[in-house]
Amino acid sequence: MRKVSKGIAPSALDRIVAYLENRRAKSMVKIGGLLVLLIVALGLPQVFSDPLTTDVAVLALLYAAAATGWNIFSGFTGYIALGHAVYFGVGSYAIALLAQDWNVPGGYEPFLLVPLAGLIAAAFAVPFGWIALRTRRHTFVVITIATFFIMQLMAYNLRNITNGSAGLSLPLPSYDWGKNFNLPLYSFFNLPFYYVALAILLLALGTAWWIRNSKYGLSLLAIRDDEDRALGLGVKTGPFKLIAFVLSAFFVGMVGAVHAYFQGSIFPPFAFDALFDVSIALMGFMGGLGTLSGPILGAIILVPAQQYSTLWLSDSGFYLIAYGALFLAVILLLPEGIVPTLRKLWLKWRASRSNIQEIPTAVTPTNGNQEDILVAEGPGRRDGVNL
Amino acid sequence: MAEVRLILNEVITGILTGGIYALMASGLTLIFGVMDIINIGQGALVILGGYLSYILQENFHIDLFLGLLLTMPLMFLLGLFIEWAFIRPLKRDRTMLSILVTFAIALIIEGTLGLKNTFGTDNIKLHAWYVDSSNASFQIGGFVLPYINIFVFVLSSALLTGLYFLVYRTKFGYSLRASMQNRTAAELIGVDVERVSAITFGIGVALAAAGGMAFGTTTAFNPGSHYDLISRLLVIIILGGMGSLRGALVASVVMLVIEDVTSVVWTPVWATTVFFALLVIILLVRPQGLFGRLEGRKQ
Amino acid sequence: MNLLEARNISKSFGGIRALDACSITVKQGTITGLIGPNGSGKTTLFNIITGYERLDQGDIRFDGQSITNATPDKVFRLGIGRTFQLTRIFPRLTVLENMHVAAQRKGTRALLSRWSSSHEQRRALDLLDFVGITHLKDVPAANLSYGQKKLLEFAYILIAEPQVILLDEPAGGINPTMINHLSERIRMLNERGVTFLVVEHNLEFVMGLCDTVMVLHRGAKIAEGTPEEVRKNPAVLEAYLGD
Repeated sequence: MRKVSKGIAPSALDRIVAYLENRRAKSMVKIGGLLVLLIVALGLPQVFSDPLTTDVAVLALLYAAAATGWNIFSGFTGYIALGHAVYFGVGSYAIALLAQDWNVPGGYEPFLLVPLAGLIAAAFAVPFGWIALRTRRHTFVVITIATFFIMQLMAYNLRNITNGSAGLSLPLPSYDWGKNFNLPLYSFFNLPFYYVALAILLLALGTAWWIRNSKYGLSLLAIRDDEDRALGLGVKTGPFKLIAFVLSAFFVGMVGAVHAYFQGSIFPPFAFDALFDVSIALMGFMGGLGTLSGPILGAIILVPAQQYSTLWLSDSGFYLIAYGALFLAVILLLPEGIVPTLRKLWLKWRASRSNIQEIPTAVTPTNGNQEDILVAEGPGRRDGVNL
Repeated sequence: MAEVRLILNEVITGILTGGIYALMASGLTLIFGVMDIINIGQGALVILGGYLSYILQENFHIDLFLGLLLTMPLMFLLGLFIEWAFIRPLKRDRTMLSILVTFAIALIIEGTLGLKNTFGTDNIKLHAWYVDSSNASFQIGGFVLPYINIFVFVLSSALLTGLYFLVYRTKFGYSLRASMQNRTAAELIGVDVERVSAITFGIGVALAAAGGMAFGTTTAFNPGSHYDLISRLLVIIILGGMGSLRGALVASVVMLVIEDVTSVVWTPVWATTVFFALLVIILLVRPQGLFGRLEGRKQ
Repeated sequence: MNLLEARNISKSFGGIRALDACSITVKQGTITGLIGPNGSGKTTLFNIITGYERLDQGDIRFDGQSITNATPDKVFRLGIGRTFQLTRIFPRLTVLENMHVAAQRKGTRALLSRWSSSHEQRRALDLLDFVGITHLKDVPAANLSYGQKKLLEFAYILIAEPQVILLDEPAGGINPTMINHLSERIRMLNERGVTFLVVEHNLEFVMGLCDTVMVLHRGAKIAEGTPEEVRKNPAVLEAYLGD
């Protein structure tokens, strides 16, 4: 985009900004940035290897993966699902039962069960999703909540399968898998969990990114904006929504499985936890619904806050109050989420600095910017730059 | 014959308890009808109402029923505040965001009530001093009906009748129904839709106060009870048809009767599951609930 | 030949009979107008043809095939496009993205690949050019003016290359220049073979553009013919001026 500067001498900052406008430069910077992040992510547990930090890190990654998975459905279609804890729970119980029935020993083997647990959760999502998606926005939310309570009750009541409120335990991960790597034992317990969680996150993120840039993703965003119109334009809204729903359940199920193994034992209120639903929704909203980096950002902020506050605030009442208050603040003050709001501010700042009359969105050329992961471009940007 | 009597007993108990749920659910469905928002915090507000009644009774020795004269107006004002502070600012995507906002409010209420200095997490139950003995039941023709249930049912009926009167026979009710049918059209004929919304929300919360007292006399509760409660209330209003008062009443009674009968005929364990499963089945057949309007394809 | 036929359509909403054994036919290659006083059933008829409403009685045929009670997506895929009285676009997507939603693709693989192939991109840009809003291609559709939204809606229907387009009050709420712009576009497309069925209140627009005009009143067709014939038809005058 050519700019006509209105008589203001370009400062160094303007020149940097102009350079960044160049698409190729932009994509190089973005890819570079992502690589840096990846390296940081890979190396984090090696550097900060104390158990507390890695504990929090594992949970942060798990929640980030779950939130990203949830976002694939709720963020893209606009149907807020508040019952995904069902799939978390199914994944948890699946891995526990499989490990039990197949006599899987502790160690690396249970990790192989994780994808299977995810598939089982996805299988549950097919009928549940099909029923729920026959309804529209608000009824849909309520049905997802109802499904959640049904499953929680089943977990309590189907004692033969789930062992009721006593719960199930998982095989003990071995503490000495550091043996082969000559590393101190205590610091190594969390590492495999960390990398597995990271792998799931990357998989979820990759899937989300692919969908976002595909025709399927565009259709989902159209459904979000005006479902009936999309239907009238040939979009197969029913199957599309269901597929997104099942996909999201797959990822959340895998997170549930890893989480169960991480904690060592599960029981109904823990595996089917209403706060889980609230948490991932909050992460999604906080970061920016429908963006790619939003849920991850939300998780990175929220999980450590959660974990550290349960440590410091012994009275769980405070915890809930803080949580609720934070939720309110996010929704009322940042209704679009952090990432889109930052983006808007960035665009406004740029427009005011260079003092030009710019045609909206000089930022993306027409074929949908596939390199734009961090700031969530591509189909369906949520900002409207009013000029 | 004893079997049948037992079932009938449960049916009657179900009707009595259904009245309580109808009280709580009517506030919820009214709020939805006028404002198009789902107040997930209704369960927590009910519990709050229950605790308020508890405080009045334990600390100030005010009778439960009389105490409502204090708790209801108080919670009405709370409702006005919540609507003004947290719901009205929502501009876009109101329905979805209101779900999250009211959920957050529910958490705050739960947290505040659950603090060690407030009530902690133990169960409490409300008892009226004049029906405190364990034999306090009305026994007729082999049916056993606890007094308190009957009193509370009378209360619920009275309040619901009052509500009916308010909605169908007063000027305010006229504005309310107009807003429910068509917000824009109502505005055009001079209805202050914002004011109606605020007052409706207040009424909904005031009903929750009464519901809380009623609920607390029949069931033990603690700050965490609101999850179970709101899920039931949501089921009821969806079943009845969201926005329909009649639906809330019918659905409450139906669901409670079925639940009570199931717990006797089958086992109590599955009774609650039946509750939810029924919802799913009915929605498959009739997505708009019993008395609701079908959301047609938008044109 | 008759491309689109609606035979004996009846539809009631509660006690109100919106359509009463209404029959219309649209010949291929024509621009057919559908007029009538408010409440005569025009939009209901549109909704029924395009699957947004179920009919009580009657039959709809497209190119000989029955499409009675088909769902909207099927109707669109068969080649019937439709615009709405209150323009419907996807507000949070850009103009270009709006175009691509309507572009049809076959097969699962196509679904998973990039949302705008170069071929589709060219078509989209061509169509935006055709209606004259290419300069707005990256603007979120919510920011468009009403007239621009109408043009966008018109354009994205075209990307699917429909055989017949149902226009619901295309001239409503826009200035005369825009109306002419639109008429011209319709005429150009008609020359390339697209059939049109236009519901309109703006009689000047209809008379100037359409080959045939049909008049609905109280749910039934009361007149049909060239614009001249219809203009002089006493039954039509009575319908508009009477009651």
